[in-house]
Amino acid sequence: MFLLTPDSGLIFWMLLAFGVVFFVLAKWGWPVITQMIDSRKLYIDESLQSAREANEKLAKVQEETALMLKQAQEQQSKILAEAMEMRNQIVEKAKTEATTEGQKLLKEAKEQIEKEKESAIRDIRRQVGLLSVEIAEKVLRQNLKTDKDQMAMVDRMLDEIIVDNK
Amino acid sequence: MRNMKSDKTLRLFLGWVLMFCFFLPIQARAGEKKEFNASEMIFGHIGDSYEWHFTDIGDTPVAIPLPIIVYSQVRGEWFLFSSKMVEEGEEYQGFYIAEEGDYSGKVVEKDDSGKEVRPLDISLTKNAVALWINCLLLIALILWCARWYKNKDVSSEAPKGIVGLMEMMISMVYNDIIKANIPVHVHRYAGYLLCAFFFIFFNNLIGLIPGSANITGNIAVTLVLACFTFLMVNLFANGEYWKEIFWADVPWWMKPVMAIVEFLGVFTKPIALMIRLFANIMAGHAALLALISVIFITFSISSVLGSAMTPLTVFFCIFLDCLELLVAFIQAYVFTMLSAVFIGMSIPQHHHE
Repeated sequence: MFLLTPDSGLIFWMLLAFGVVFFVLAKWGWPVITQMIDSRKLYIDESLQSAREANEKLAKVQEETALMLKQAQEQQSKILAEAMEMRNQIVEKAKTEATTEGQKLLKEAKEQIEKEKESAIRDIRRQVGLLSVEIAEKVLRQNLKTDKDQMAMVDRMLDEIIVDNK
Repeated sequence: MRNMKSDKTLRLFLGWVLMFCFFLPIQARAGEKKEFNASEMIFGHIGDSYEWHFTDIGDTPVAIPLPIIVYSQVRGEWFLFSSKMVEEGEEYQGFYIAEEGDYSGKVVEKDDSGKEVRPLDISLTKNAVALWINCLLLIALILWCARWYKNKDVSSEAPKGIVGLMEMMISMVYNDIIKANIPVHVHRYAGYLLCAFFFIFFNNLIGLIPGSANITGNIAVTLVLACFTFLMVNLFANGEYWKEIFWADVPWWMKPVMAIVEFLGVFTKPIALMIRLFANIMAGHAALLALISVIFITFSISSVLGSAMTPLTVFFCIFLDCLELLVAFIQAYVFTMLSAVFIGMSIPQHHHE
């Protein structure tokens, strides 16, 4: 069978041709392409990895943001509540202070009024005293115009004193 | 709507095929002078020849004469001449193409005793020329693809078009065949295995073009490929591999038997590779040519039978051509895959502790 007998001439050419193909492509052909395939695979893997990490990071950040937002809201409501409370307190305090101040003022005013009143009364009394002394003087002068009157008076008074001293 | 359209296209196509078939007999008969010999035609196409014969127009063959390079051991010198000098039984400087005998179809000369002997023959035959053309095309294609990567780095976009196609195939071979089977020293073997795959695939495909040579269906070619695989497997094999061959892990009385079997296996593996590729491609070509011969044989019986058989034959030829496209890929894949498996087996990485 001529088909099954390898022809030496063709073996020679095949060795040469395939050797050339092998040499040229193994040197300048495949390494370039396979290196690129390898490095691109690595690059894609790394990119995927970093994308995944970035996604995770983003999710974490989003979570953190949400948490922060929630916390901020809580803080806000807390602050608001505190502010409200403080306002109420201030208002309350102001009210009480105002009341006490008012009362104090009122008290002081009353005291002042009292003092004024007392001094006025004292004044009036003094005036009244003076007036009554004057009036009494005048009355006395009127009554004691005569010596008889004066003697009667002295007698009476002496009687009174004697009576009183008994 | 779409079905109707494709149906119409199909009918139109079949109509054309039938019309062509009815014209064919006239053409065939016009050129038919000598008896059609199917086996001669088939073996002529499958085998090698000193000239690149395309067709015959009437009685004139359309062929490219190729150089014959022989070293006559009788006369002790080299000869270079055109195949035109020895065509149709002519003799040139004592050389002629043997019609029969052991060297049928080969260039022979007569020694002093008048016996037919073969000179050392490294003629650029049809297969050798086609082989060189295909190899140069393959080199050009791959280097052209490799050039694309020159000013690119990993972050640039993946290639498109032909380079993209080639990269897809290269990465398929590289990742699915080579890396999947060879655990270490991938770069030592990747060059050879990629060469083997693309050499076989490229030659298989070009072999399917009518008028081209049947290269991977030639045993000399597959022999060389198998030898390369044999060398790649055994040259870099590690100690564990040889230990598994000569001192396998079996009961002591089995050891010599296993050693013989395993040692034979070292050679039968590449031989199986050689035969598988050669037989598959050769058989594919033979089947296609046989189917085409059916047209001529039936017409030589009667033109009615021929006309009836031709559409069927053409249909089967198309079917077989598609099948051969598949086979072209599968055989390249199988050869490379098995080579990679054998290489992977030759460098075992501590199966047992």
